[in-house]
Amino acid sequence: MRAPTDSKSAERVAASLQTPAKPFPWIKAAPWLYTIALFAIWEGSVHLFALPQYVLPAPSVILGAIIQYWPTIWTNSVQTLYTTLVGFAMAVAGGLALGLLVGWSRFIYAGLYPLMIGFNAIPKVAVVPILVIWFGIGDVPAILTAFLIAFFPIVVNVATGLATIEPEMEDVLRALGAKKMDVMLKVGIPRSMPYFFGSLKIAITLAFVGSVISETIAANSGLGHMMLAAQSQFNVPLVFAGLIMLAIEGIAMYALMAWIEQRTTGWAHRSGMAQGN
Amino acid sequence: MTSHLVTIDDVDMRYGGPGGTLAVSGLTLHVDKGEFTAVVGPSGCGKSTLMKLVTGLYIPQVGAITVAGKEVTEPVSIVGMAFQNPTLLPWRTTLDNILLPLEIVQKHRRRLRANKAEYVEKAEHLLETVGLKGFGDKFPWQLSGGMQQRANLCRALIHEPDLLMLDEPFGALDAFTREELWCVIRDLHHETDVTIQLVTHDLREAVFLADRIFVMSARPGRIIDTHSVPFERPRDLEIMYTPEFTDLVHDLRGQIAQARTEQLEAAQ
Repeated sequence: MRAPTDSKSAERVAASLQTPAKPFPWIKAAPWLYTIALFAIWEGSVHLFALPQYVLPAPSVILGAIIQYWPTIWTNSVQTLYTTLVGFAMAVAGGLALGLLVGWSRFIYAGLYPLMIGFNAIPKVAVVPILVIWFGIGDVPAILTAFLIAFFPIVVNVATGLATIEPEMEDVLRALGAKKMDVMLKVGIPRSMPYFFGSLKIAITLAFVGSVISETIAANSGLGHMMLAAQSQFNVPLVFAGLIMLAIEGIAMYALMAWIEQRTTGWAHRSGMAQGN
Repeated sequence: MTSHLVTIDDVDMRYGGPGGTLAVSGLTLHVDKGEFTAVVGPSGCGKSTLMKLVTGLYIPQVGAITVAGKEVTEPVSIVGMAFQNPTLLPWRTTLDNILLPLEIVQKHRRRLRANKAEYVEKAEHLLETVGLKGFGDKFPWQLSGGMQQRANLCRALIHEPDLLMLDEPFGALDAFTREELWCVIRDLHHETDVTIQLVTHDLREAVFLADRIFVMSARPGRIIDTHSVPFERPRDLEIMYTPEFTDLVHDLRGQIAQARTEQLEAAQ
């Protein structure tokens, strides 16, 4: 009986000593592979079905348009990014403040929550004309629309983080003489931070939606305005170039928020970290 | 009267206004300084209410509670608490979790920054006492359930409370870990003059650890019997296999079963 076990364990040792060929990192490559595949299928389909450019331009044509109109696209991209980020920053400040307030007291929560739901249900596109009446055409309506649309998820998430403090934890601290402020500073606010940073990813993409909506209705610059102008001239490749730029900006900002989330509240993603140990 | 650390005198506690649930009624008990008492009873008998009354989280409508010679009208900061759920904060290391009460209790929070090293040393010593030496810089989620509960005990003890209130602290642990922690608590009680009140469902735990055991009735809870536990200290885990031990557990079980039956009959 001994000999076979020995040879088996020897085999095992040998196998573990062999450095296995490093497998191709499929998971890491997946986003790129899928993106390339999407564009390849798109390009192929356009040629296969001989779609006219004004219906669906091929990615290569869009790339051509991006290069051809680069100065215009760049100026308008920066403009959209600017209004989005300003609106987003306001949403972060306002959302965090209101979220803390709403999570602080049940009275404020009960009073404000229905109002916020109602406000969030209003399509923001319907608000833009009002903003134009108040502030005129330009940056301000775009910034405010981005703010209004990005605000809600931040409030709800911060308030949720505060509202879900374990009652035992609160008891432990209150029995020691902790005031509401102590409980909030030591437990509530740190606890709501993962919710807050998680909501930033949603809020930033919504902020883009907000500023582009406003730009397509009432603006003299920005990607939304550029696409509207291109559409009226039947310059469909430029419309698509605008879409691609929006997608790129959105992904870049999302990635930035995800990175901030990971850096600031790594403890909340502990299952992944524990595996890494 | 001043020799009692805790005096509860004919207390009624009702939740949710005049028509609400009466959680405890006519509750009377006293605990001496340095004593280890346990509270057992059928589920929903108001054991946890008792705990919140003593710590000043609830103020009773009828009767008076006195802790350390003062009537309880607000949370008393001389108490340490530990629950079944360890509630350690995941963003703090174990050591920082243990130091948390010092950031709250008025007496310590002023001194904490200047005397950090002294407090850290004390926390390290506590960690060693409960068998967690060297785990201070780990995060709670890197610890097992039993280790978290040990850290929870350290947190309850760091501000040197006169009274330690334990609400089913070992309920969620496996049998062996539970026994280990019984010994940790036993030794803590032996080495310090802390008064401990343990609320538990586990009758063997109550008999093994306590000097006196209060049996509560079904809701509304009151004390229906008090048992003195005759076993010499320090106690060894082996005493749980003696007939005297088993008899006492059996008696307690009978009383609680009867309280449950009476409750069910009353409900019908």
